[in-house]
Amino acid sequence: MNHRARTALFLVGGLGLLCFYVWGLHGLPGFGHYPGPYGDLINSLTVFERHATDAVTAVNFDYRGFDTLGEEFILFASVMGANLLLRKQKDDREEDPPLDQAEDRVVPPTSDAVRVTGLALVLPIVVFGLYTISHGQLTPGGGFQGGVILASMPLIIYLCGDYKSFDHVTSHVLSEITEALGAGGYAIAGLISIMFGLNYLTNFIPLGQTGDVLSSGTILLISVLTGLEVAGGLVVLMISFFRQSLVYRKTDEESRGPR
Amino acid sequence: MSQAAGEFLRMLPFLVAAWLFVVGLYGIVTSRHLVHLIMCLVVVQTSTYLLLLGVGYKIGAAAPIFADIPVGTPAVDPVTHALMLTDIVVEATVMALLLALAIQAEERAGSVDPEQLRIMRG
Repeated sequence: MNHRARTALFLVGGLGLLCFYVWGLHGLPGFGHYPGPYGDLINSLTVFERHATDAVTAVNFDYRGFDTLGEEFILFASVMGANLLLRKQKDDREEDPPLDQAEDRVVPPTSDAVRVTGLALVLPIVVFGLYTISHGQLTPGGGFQGGVILASMPLIIYLCGDYKSFDHVTSHVLSEITEALGAGGYAIAGLISIMFGLNYLTNFIPLGQTGDVLSSGTILLISVLTGLEVAGGLVVLMISFFRQSLVYRKTDEESRGPR
Repeated sequence: MSQAAGEFLRMLPFLVAAWLFVVGLYGIVTSRHLVHLIMCLVVVQTSTYLLLLGVGYKIGAAAPIFADIPVGTPAVDPVTHALMLTDIVVEATVMALLLALAIQAEERAGSVDPEQLRIMRG
């Protein structure tokens, strides 16, 4: 199918979509008029039923925990898929590294301002990531957000150093183990509740005092496991992409040779 | 406010969601570069965020976090928020998978133009 025909087909289809969509909009309750009652029920019950003050995390890791398990495995599978596609293969074309077109010009070294700011951010980022993961049941946060924050730490190190320092602080094997522990742990947490004679992924840990960090039972446990998986998975992705595509360029110091 | 303007505002978030969806789809259909195509797919997905948030929103309601507001305060639907936040993280990794596929396609077929990717080899 050529370009013109495809665009024409799209325009016809788009017009049909537009008609049905506008027609469908008339049946909707309209923006700002949420009909309920599912969300309202959860909002009024989370604090009493699960001792969690963040209804969003409670939905994620408890009320709809089974859905999140599915999402987790989408994440797991796509990280594994990307990792598999980017691995070194036997029949890879042996390419010479791209020629440096301007050998006399060197990459300026990372400025001291970026370096100092970046390194000063590393520890706060780790602490903030751990805080976000562990307080997900109380305030906005949880495993998904905290995991992403944690995984940004190696990136900051890459930004203010070079690939070697990134390689130094990350470990492919360890990140894969972390990711697998997170994903497997989530599924096993569900199986444990079956052992207690409850339904899959039922909250089986004592709920604790509302407002405490160690409260809301399995919500906290699953949040931590999700944090492990997301952080591990994202670091695995970064490592695979760096290994695939990084062109090593000389920095100012190396091209001048040892002094 | 006139009747028509009120009706329009009532629909505005859903119309913007539809606009994002169609614009992204148009980008996919006419794309000449795989990376561009993947970015267009992300735009399509963004429309679902807007649609979900629009469905769950309640005028004048608070965020569904009851750490500092009493239980019973009107709050927006937490289910759509939960869907969205998992979606954002999962989307990022799926995008990484697609980009890895694009790298492989470039290595196998020697092109990143979807038009040129006609050869199927086992």
